[in-house]
Amino acid sequence: MQATSSPVAAGPVTVRQPSLLQRQGELIGFVVMVVALIIAPFFTYPLFLMQAMCFALFACAFNLLIGYVGLLSFGHALYFGWASYLSAHAAKVWGFNPEFAILTGTLTAAVCGFLAGSLAIRRQGIYFAMITLALAQMMYFVALRMKFTGGEDGIQAVPRGYLFGFINLNNETTMYVFVMVVFLAGFLLIYRIIHSPFGEVLKAIRENEPRAISLGYKTDRYKLIAFVLSATLAGVAGSTKAITLQIASLTDVNWPMSGEVVLMTLVGGLGTIFGPVVGAFVILAMQFKLSSVGEWVLVIQGVIFVTVVLLFRRGIVGEIAALFRR
Amino acid sequence: MITIFGVPSAALFGQLLIGLINGSFYALLSLGLAVIFGMLNIINFAHGAQYMLGAVAAFLLLQFTGIGYWPALIIAPLIVGAFGIVIERTFLQWLYKLDHLYGLLLTFGLALIIEGVARNYLGSAGLPYALPESLRGGQNLGFMFLPNYRAWVIVVSLVICFGTWYAIERTRLGAYLRAATENPTLVRAFGINVPVMITLTYGFGVALAAFAGVMAAPIYNVSPQMGAELIIVVFAVVVIGGMGSILGAIVTGFGLGIVEGLTKVFFPEASNTVIFVIMAIVLLVRPAGLFGRGT
Amino acid sequence: MKKAIGLAALAALLLGGTASAQQINVKIGVLTDMSSLYADDTGIGSVIGAKLAAEDFMKTNPNVKVEVVSADHQNKADNGVNIANQWYDRDGVDAIADVPNSGVALAIAEVTKTKNKAFLASGPASSDLTGPKCSPNTIHWTYDTWMLANGTGKAMVKTGGDTWFFLTSDYAFGHALERDTAAVVEKSGGKVLGKVRHPINTNDFSSFLLQAQASKAKVIGLANAGGDTINAIKQGAEFGIVAGGQKFAGMLIFAPDVLALGLKTAQGLTFTETWYWDLNEGTRAWTKRWDKERNSPGKVPSMNMAGVYSATLHYLKAVAAVGSAKDGKAVVDKMKQLPAEDTIYGKSVVREDGRVLHPAYLFEAKKPEESKYPGDLYHLRATIPMEEAFRPLKDGNCPLVKG
Repeated sequence: MQATSSPVAAGPVTVRQPSLLQRQGELIGFVVMVVALIIAPFFTYPLFLMQAMCFALFACAFNLLIGYVGLLSFGHALYFGWASYLSAHAAKVWGFNPEFAILTGTLTAAVCGFLAGSLAIRRQGIYFAMITLALAQMMYFVALRMKFTGGEDGIQAVPRGYLFGFINLNNETTMYVFVMVVFLAGFLLIYRIIHSPFGEVLKAIRENEPRAISLGYKTDRYKLIAFVLSATLAGVAGSTKAITLQIASLTDVNWPMSGEVVLMTLVGGLGTIFGPVVGAFVILAMQFKLSSVGEWVLVIQGVIFVTVVLLFRRGIVGEIAALFRR
Repeated sequence: MITIFGVPSAALFGQLLIGLINGSFYALLSLGLAVIFGMLNIINFAHGAQYMLGAVAAFLLLQFTGIGYWPALIIAPLIVGAFGIVIERTFLQWLYKLDHLYGLLLTFGLALIIEGVARNYLGSAGLPYALPESLRGGQNLGFMFLPNYRAWVIVVSLVICFGTWYAIERTRLGAYLRAATENPTLVRAFGINVPVMITLTYGFGVALAAFAGVMAAPIYNVSPQMGAELIIVVFAVVVIGGMGSILGAIVTGFGLGIVEGLTKVFFPEASNTVIFVIMAIVLLVRPAGLFGRGT
Repeated sequence: MKKAIGLAALAALLLGGTASAQQINVKIGVLTDMSSLYADDTGIGSVIGAKLAAEDFMKTNPNVKVEVVSADHQNKADNGVNIANQWYDRDGVDAIADVPNSGVALAIAEVTKTKNKAFLASGPASSDLTGPKCSPNTIHWTYDTWMLANGTGKAMVKTGGDTWFFLTSDYAFGHALERDTAAVVEKSGGKVLGKVRHPINTNDFSSFLLQAQASKAKVIGLANAGGDTINAIKQGAEFGIVAGGQKFAGMLIFAPDVLALGLKTAQGLTFTETWYWDLNEGTRAWTKRWDKERNSPGKVPSMNMAGVYSATLHYLKAVAAVGSAKDGKAVVDKMKQLPAEDTIYGKSVVREDGRVLHPAYLFEAKKPEESKYPGDLYHLRATIPMEEAFRPLKDGNCPLVKG
């Protein structure tokens, strides 16, 4: 990820333009991803792909925080899950069109992100992780108790509805295209955030926060904004998932879900653009294939965690990128 | 009958006592976490799974070798502690030079493995473990019937907690431990084998968790998920108490147990969330935790 | 001449014979909980139930080929819906059986209706499945919350347990169970002295048990399930609840739970089930077969597992009668028309709202010294005829029921 480039001074922080090679690599990667997503439904079960895209977006949002700001949020299921609930409720009970339902869910996630972030940012590192976990767990219990979430039953039979009032999302093809568009839009937004002056400040904070503070940056504010962005995009993923699978349940807010998104990002490659996407698809595919031996999924996930942390810290994409740099 | 806030005093004192019992488990577990974190700077996410292993070890000892509760109190923590030492040597030691978060992730993965394997071999329904004969029955205290076993739990926890605190804060060995946390190189220069100390400390922390597990076996459901449910609450306890302090972990553990007990009387549906709400409040007012020292 | 007629007759017979005995392929998916809360009450045991049913049916109907697949929904509605969609769309599954966990079951009922397959619900408890959420593609076997509430509640009041205190799991299922049971208790002349709601998956019931003790109610109703029930009972023993003269009424208890508790703790527990392995010769014989398949000593089959067997058998009968498994609603309609009878559930009646009626039995867990052999867990205290055991048709608010 280190560029062979000349730093361009732009204010107090040196903004390093990514090298041409890196930009080209990312462009190729993006094209490959889009093409793969277009032809995949002809080979694989489309519903699985749609679910994978939602989780990929979720992982990308999570990665924004850990990969580029260095903050490990162990409670990201909070935003994903609550967005999922509100989106489902909006579509089913309030009769919103899908785009407004997703908007509702996203706003919910943003608010939750702001509140949680304000509390969690007060600490760093491990404490930060533990606080996010504890807050998420608290909201899990709240979700369990509140009537509208349907408790253990969840919100079921969420209508897909008509996008913008006339595009029928019950048609699998239309739905697929819609999910793909949402995913790519979110992905591109994250890309834009990372490769922007704001993103460079985030990276500076990750590298050396005291130095960034000494340069005059109000790091807490930047961290909070990044946190809210990450939560909001996780909310987009959750809301879309609720409409796609037509269900919102406690699974979405529970801590294993937070653990899973960490796993996906870790396996794919922390701090890489495509890593979370790859990781999400890989982990979901594994879960699908192993659903008949359900008992071992937990163990296998744990083994993957341990192995990746010890040996393959760069994740799939990270290892591939390292190979190319040789 | 005197009533306090509409609740008969008998019920109130009963609940307080029970809160103290729960607090014992919180204290024991957060103590173990604090000890491990203090020495290794690693959040042992596997703590809950190791607590479960303690209970399971006690069950298996009884099931297959007929060894009962009393020996199990010593043997189970030794076994699980040894297992902890193996974990430290095999996995954790490679992570000390890395970002602390990797330690958290690794122990999280370990927790999944331990819980998954336990589920496969033991099922999820829960395993029976009988109360030891000598601790059956109870005392009628007038305002409640206190099972002997529960009283035993409180006493033992207090003894172990304060014993550990004393060992760490007041003895020479404890001084070495604390010094090694702050400046391992210097301590090594004094000829003290720091890596061995680290390994043994982790083992001790794990053994504490397993000990709590054995204590829990006769009264709580011995199931593979028993640790997972508890660990996150313990995390909150530790955040509230402040990670730097052993005393903080103990006091907060018992304290929060009592608070939770009171909540169960006045507002039972919130009993699950009250500790997290307190955590949020503490974070707003005193980010370092009640007993913590700085970041 | 005679030969020609004979040959023609033979030809007609052969042709006609093969026409009526054409090959029918059926694929049944057992969606269950193999790894968590309900794994011992359903799980692999349920899959065995389906497999035994397939075996038995294929023996007497060689023209029907039955394939049984299985999957673990891990008590998550998402997983269940995912698997169901895949099974129905891609894998050619015609019917889904079992599905413990009412939340998952309700979701599966929806998917099954949309795709016009069949749902043989033996695992879930919610009486909504044959009430407001009833569907022409759902058959609800074995039990439901109404029957549990009615059976245990009424019976306990009749035998002197007329004051109740509820320990309720604080979510939809627990509330429903408490509501139904309280209604029955009061209708039978009893009184509900109080209740306390506990969070699901509570480790420590001591404070709630204390309140129950203080209420001095004769019966403590456990409106919860799985680990919560087991925990409450275990800790109740510790606090001397039963020794103090109060009784526990487990609203949802299965035989494997009693086994897990151990008779020492579970003794005196009263509950309602529709099947028990040691009930009669038929159930015993089936259990022997089940045991051999299960190959794990010390386990007992639950009523759900037996329910999967019976439901599957009856479903296959209906498929054979209709001629194909493709139209779920048609097969389910046939299941409602054909009389249901087998060696382990005896006679059952499939109602138009999808509810299957069985006689219900009030059981009491034996004292350890009364248990003569492994698995000898229950006393049979009372039998409730099927017409009384389940909610009357008109009270269900099922849109399928006319008038």
